[in-house]
Amino acid sequence: MSAKERRIILKNIDQHGYGNDIDTYLEHGGYEIWKKALQRKPEELREEVKRSGVRGRGGAGFPAGMKWSFLDFKSGKPVYLVCNADESEPGTFKDRQIIYKDPHQLIEGMLISAYAITAKLAFIYIRGEFPDGARILERAIEEARSKNFLGKDILGTGFSCEIHVHRGAGAYICGEETGLIESLEGKRPYPRIKPPYFPAALGLYMCPTIVNNVETLCNVKHIAEMGGEEYAKIGRPGNTGTRIWCVSGHVRKPGYYEFEGGALTLGELIYDICGGLHPGRKLKAVIPGGSSMKILRADERFKGTDREGNNFDFALEDLILDFDGIAVSGSLSGSGGIIVMDDTTDMVDALANVSAFYAHESCGQCTPCREGSLWLKKILHRMSHGQARLEDVDLLKSVADQIPGRTICALGEAAAWPVQSYVAKFRDEFIAKAENQAAGRTNGDGGISDRVQLV
Amino acid sequence: MNDDKKQELITVYVDDREVRVPPGTNMIEAAAKAGIEVPHYCYHPKLSVAGNCRMCMVELGMPEKDRATGKPVLDNEGNQKVMWIPKPAIACATKAMPGIRIKTKSDLARSCQEGVMEFLLVNHPLDCPICDQAGECRLQEFATDYGRGYSRFVEEKNVKPKRTLLGPRVMLDDERCILCSRCVRFCQEIADDDVLGFVDRGSYTTLTCYPGKQLENNYSLNTVDICPVGALTSTDFRFKMRPWFLRETHSICTESSVGVNTVVSSREGKIHRITPRRNDEVNDTWMADSGRELYKQVEAKHRLLKAVVDSFETDNVGGAIREAADLLKGERKIAFVGSGRSSVEEQFLFKKLADQAGARLTALVGRVAEGDGLLISADRNPNVRGALVTGLINELPEAELSDLEDAIDKEEIDTVVAYNEDLSAAGISEQQLAKVTIIYVGTHFNETSARARVVLPASTVFEKNGSFINQQYRLQKFLQAVPGRAEGQDDRRILAGMLAEFGVLVSPEIDDVWAEMSETIETFRDIGFMKIPSTGLLLDPPSHLRDLRYPEGGSLHYEPAKEEASVT
Repeated sequence: MSAKERRIILKNIDQHGYGNDIDTYLEHGGYEIWKKALQRKPEELREEVKRSGVRGRGGAGFPAGMKWSFLDFKSGKPVYLVCNADESEPGTFKDRQIIYKDPHQLIEGMLISAYAITAKLAFIYIRGEFPDGARILERAIEEARSKNFLGKDILGTGFSCEIHVHRGAGAYICGEETGLIESLEGKRPYPRIKPPYFPAALGLYMCPTIVNNVETLCNVKHIAEMGGEEYAKIGRPGNTGTRIWCVSGHVRKPGYYEFEGGALTLGELIYDICGGLHPGRKLKAVIPGGSSMKILRADERFKGTDREGNNFDFALEDLILDFDGIAVSGSLSGSGGIIVMDDTTDMVDALANVSAFYAHESCGQCTPCREGSLWLKKILHRMSHGQARLEDVDLLKSVADQIPGRTICALGEAAAWPVQSYVAKFRDEFIAKAENQAAGRTNGDGGISDRVQLV
Repeated sequence: MNDDKKQELITVYVDDREVRVPPGTNMIEAAAKAGIEVPHYCYHPKLSVAGNCRMCMVELGMPEKDRATGKPVLDNEGNQKVMWIPKPAIACATKAMPGIRIKTKSDLARSCQEGVMEFLLVNHPLDCPICDQAGECRLQEFATDYGRGYSRFVEEKNVKPKRTLLGPRVMLDDERCILCSRCVRFCQEIADDDVLGFVDRGSYTTLTCYPGKQLENNYSLNTVDICPVGALTSTDFRFKMRPWFLRETHSICTESSVGVNTVVSSREGKIHRITPRRNDEVNDTWMADSGRELYKQVEAKHRLLKAVVDSFETDNVGGAIREAADLLKGERKIAFVGSGRSSVEEQFLFKKLADQAGARLTALVGRVAEGDGLLISADRNPNVRGALVTGLINELPEAELSDLEDAIDKEEIDTVVAYNEDLSAAGISEQQLAKVTIIYVGTHFNETSARARVVLPASTVFEKNGSFINQQYRLQKFLQAVPGRAEGQDDRRILAGMLAEFGVLVSPEIDDVWAEMSETIETFRDIGFMKIPSTGLLLDPPSHLRDLRYPEGGSLHYEPAKEEASVT
């Protein structure tokens, strides 16, 4: 563990001898917090979460306590809790560590959360590609049931709560909360229009529903333990608690690291914690929050004025690692998946790769994302297969500009932001590619000589 | 929402035009009320809001309110300040609230509309020259308004299944489909036959039928009507006629007493299709598939085209009318069998003729079958209530004419005038038919016409004007779509001709018939044919007619009176 790391969620994970069975968990003080939480009133727990300021770890960073406060308790309908374990954002691999290595932490966090929002039924929607994770969770739930931590009349308190594991079938869109709800209901995961279908009022089976990320729910356990105010002291204001960052790409020590909010800079993470780049390579670009976020160029400078009115001028390496620290760059920390690219990366090919993903994962419900994402993919596939045209550079931007803000869910942004940012920040590279390819083609007029066979 | 309570209207603004609508109205409808079209594909007024086409995006402004006091914030000139939301909103899912504003033509709205339009076209085959929808295609229309006129798309288009038969009447071309899900929602929400759905994802999403099932419910062709593009086409109408050549005539479906409002499309005297016409009080925008086939009776093989006297066809219809009238004069014991498929006007004249001829018995042939609860009611006659109001009958008709059978057996009847009804289908046996002299006025050959002394060829509903009274006691009119094929005249002329033989001169003109009806029938007071609006006129029938035990169960926009509900 690095000196600067502060492991709360990952505390026991990867420690020698720490298994994912309930006995190990109980040896480490497991379910003690749940027992204590059961003695408190649900609204007290909700207040603690609100006071903690914990922001959702799924990607949007919306304050979890506020999300809970939107719950429509007056409807008289049952309230549901759903754990979003459909971790699919490329570059993100934090939730799977928790699920595979410390499932009881998630279950305890969920039980506390379910109790707090008075949900008697909770679901874990787990990514289809995590079959072992689903099995581990199923077993953990059975273990917890055998000790009466969940099920009917938990520990004699009269509170009953059931958790079901539901496996996805392999679609990125199921990570979008309303898409997830539709999928959980057994339908195609078409995200719902908002308004009117806000999950806190009209969620699962049109009942009030809270969908929270795995890491967020684990945090609830620790908030319940230390109290909201105490938790809020960790990290920077507005960026409370710790965050798990998943670093991948061209660094020597990729992996997952947990830090207090704002405890270090992006440069420190890359060079100190992750051991820097491979020998002889230079940093070219960083995606700070999963592949859908806007890319940052290594030599960019980020200027502006913060909320307190202080001017700042940051290099990429100076960016502070938390929600607000990354946001000054114009990009977002998203799901915490930091992808590092060195100077061997061809940006056109990299973008073609990203765009192929979003075209494949677009659900096809609404027009801009459905048609736009595939169009972008087709252009980029052609460009990376020797058939780039000079006009493609502006076309990419123009097509991408027609998507974000106009779709039902955030996949529109996810498909467009990479294209917009890669083209804006590495425009020379795109143009050079088009010019080189045009010169290399036999017809000499820069047109497309032979249609690329697209898959 | 309580319909009984008269709703307060609120003011909203569309492109700075003020319009007053009930709260909760969606902004597409509000804009329409202001005379502004918000382009859309997936939105349909009679289906749930899907919000997937994104064509109706507009700029949305909310009246600014002070957060603490909730009072409106005003600018220097005392006008309400408007907070314009930077993200565009879909008008179909935006409900009217007091003071809400939308811009449908601003730069942002325009850019959204143009962007969606371009996206919809990139994988569309653009095969308008061979597409049936051309001319009534929303994609074509909005491409003219919001398209860029050329394509920036140089990649390969997606390939999807073409010429897929979804069912016996509906053909699907998946490449043309814009995935608006109107047809899917129709099958779920209206037809209650959830067989359509999407498979695959992204731009490769494909509309298809549930494996092993077919789109074969009796409302399947409505999916063709609501398909905004040429993806779903009717196997019957496909490749038959360009829609811009078609003449459209308002008509009423004769399938049952629901009285579905229709549009009959014809060219040069030939009908090519029947489609529903919107009437929010009767059929919304739907109609049954079976009703759309009825135009085929116009050119049916067994159509009666010439008058027949004593088994000889004759061109002299006037002579045949005289022959028929002569058969009714003198010491005859006559029965008049009318039809619930005749118009109100015809029933009125028929009743008049029956009175003149001194008919001993008048009857109507009832047609009751199971209703489908939607747009086909239990009473398969479109106009039984017309016969009741005109006094042709006083009781609800029976399927079997048992009174007439008895009368023939007892030799109390020796002559029968059958008006477009087959007596043998109504239970009269061959022996009984042989005992009477028959005069048949009708559109098609049948057992009765074959045995008639005089046969007079009449017009189908598509070849004449007239009106029906539906199950709600709604008077609805239909107009002549095509010239009559029959050699004779239209029904009113035949009836007026026979009346003339009795020395009663009536004008067969529809306005004149109505003038007389409004004078003599209380229910029709102050009504004229021209005064019937295109959505019909709700009548106030006398109480003894209201209290009859009608066979209809509930259907769209119709609930039977309580005590009738207990009758099967």
